[in-house]
Amino acid sequence: MWRFIASRVLQAIPVLFIVITLTFFLVRFAPGGPFSTEKAVVPEVKRALEAQYQLDQPLLAQFGSYLTDLVHGDFGPSFKYPGRTVNELIAAGFPATAELGLYALLVAVVLGMAAGIVAALNPNSWRDYVPMSAAMIGICMPTFLLGPLLVLIFGLWLEWLPVSGWGEVSGDKILPSITLGAAYAAYIARLTRSGMLEVLSQDYIRTARAKGLPEYVVVFKHALRGGVIPVVAFLGPAFAGLLSGSFVVETIFQVPGLGRFFVQAAFNRDYTLILGSTVFFAVLIVVFNLLSDVLAAWLNPRLRAGLGVK
Amino acid sequence: MNATRIEDYEQGTSLWRDAWIRLRKNRLAVIGGMTLIVVTLLCLLAPFVSPYGYEQQDLVLGAAGPSARHWLGTDVFGRDLLTRILYGGRISLMVGLIATGVALIIGVTWGAIAGYAGGRVDAVMMRFVDIVYALPFMIFVVLLMVVFGRNLLLLFLVIGAVEWLTMARIVRGQVQGLKQLEFIEAAVSLGLSGWTIIRRHLIPNAIGPVIVYTTLTIPSVMLLEAFISFLGLGIQPPQSSWGSLIAEGVETMEEFPWLLIFPGMALSLTLFALNFLGDGLRDALDVRTSRD
Repeated sequence: MWRFIASRVLQAIPVLFIVITLTFFLVRFAPGGPFSTEKAVVPEVKRALEAQYQLDQPLLAQFGSYLTDLVHGDFGPSFKYPGRTVNELIAAGFPATAELGLYALLVAVVLGMAAGIVAALNPNSWRDYVPMSAAMIGICMPTFLLGPLLVLIFGLWLEWLPVSGWGEVSGDKILPSITLGAAYAAYIARLTRSGMLEVLSQDYIRTARAKGLPEYVVVFKHALRGGVIPVVAFLGPAFAGLLSGSFVVETIFQVPGLGRFFVQAAFNRDYTLILGSTVFFAVLIVVFNLLSDVLAAWLNPRLRAGLGVK
Repeated sequence: MNATRIEDYEQGTSLWRDAWIRLRKNRLAVIGGMTLIVVTLLCLLAPFVSPYGYEQQDLVLGAAGPSARHWLGTDVFGRDLLTRILYGGRISLMVGLIATGVALIIGVTWGAIAGYAGGRVDAVMMRFVDIVYALPFMIFVVLLMVVFGRNLLLLFLVIGAVEWLTMARIVRGQVQGLKQLEFIEAAVSLGLSGWTIIRRHLIPNAIGPVIVYTTLTIPSVMLLEAFISFLGLGIQPPQSSWGSLIAEGVETMEEFPWLLIFPGMALSLTLFALNFLGDGLRDALDVRTSRD
């Protein structure tokens, strides 16, 4: 087990290095710098600014010193928010993003698994078609359409829920969480359905039924454990996707999260903030992929045996 | 005489004929396919279908709800929304097709070479795919569009560059299986070059999964384009796609909700149809993809 984890951690290092290198040079080769504003800056001022942020040094030297700082956990200063470091900005934005991602994941898992189980237990009946059509709608409905539609219906017409904000009025976290989680709920519903269908046709389920166990014990104790393995394997990438894909939802609902910082940074060409948030997201994605691989391996006895865990 | 018998035999059970029969029995896939044909035709024939021009304004009328003259209403400049949706659909569909084409070419070539070469070449090429898989896509797309400016060609390349990975994996798996078969051995012993074998023998035989996955890639490409345009980084005015129409609709959704709802329906309906057709094709060609 530890060897498995160690090898996956080692594999993550080149991924992160490539992300950092790619982003670093991509941003540097972009036309227009962070200080090229509409107002013409006096050349001396510009030179002083560039010296302050080490932009006057050769590119490779900049890259080297950035990597060194990064190893020490220092993302450097922000270009556009004077006096603030990227670390501070990430620390300010991440809690809202993480909370939003967590609620969205909760929505996705609860709705998705419920729909998937109902569909798998009644294949080819209306209890199958209705949730699965809803899942298809969820997959085809992009967040930037679903979000405004939910705002329109529940916020503006029915006036049941607040239109935007995060933690200001009670209930303002509901719509962003549903918007972000909907597509993932749909995927989880499909995964649960196909996973459960496969497990339900296995011999040990027939044995459990033949023993006269009540149906809910068969479903929830015996079938679900095997049926959710694909879902568990999906959870890591899903959570990573929820975190790094939340910037549309954050923009629509004005959630003060990291995603909104990232979009603003990209438009402002705030090099260090773009780099910092990209690297931060990449680390999150790698970590969550790793966690879900380990969890899926641990849940699946056949894989567990292969890893040398008893 | 012998030859005719073989032809009869082939006609009776060819993969494509079987698949076509199975596909026609799948009602959802048929509806999806027909919806697509209708939507595509309407968009292509927009100048003939609609009595209004794309830029034709009616400032006196302004934004008005659906009526007999303007079926889906008009926007703030009095431009007919249906006409704008049809013209926007041309862009959305074109991006969907071309960017998928880019992804198809890169993915199939990459996967076929990796699968056929095997060994170290394969290991290096597929490890590269694994690494790119782990990148935060959305973030990179936004980054690329901001960095290199908003042009249509780049949009195709960026989306194509993001979407080719699964295709490469699928083709590689197929080629690895096919490589063991006798007809490839025969081709090798005939002295054909590796590239000719890949092009003439391996890729044509892997075409089933490629078709299925292509059908399923188009909707995700269109979604990505709509998303980029929604952020204001993709299609720029005076051109519009469904994504940018939705973005415009969101601005005024409180006063003129139809400007959001109808473009949204156009996009969702098309994606819906493509997904149903893709799922139907997968069942008909009996292909397992990594989708679920």
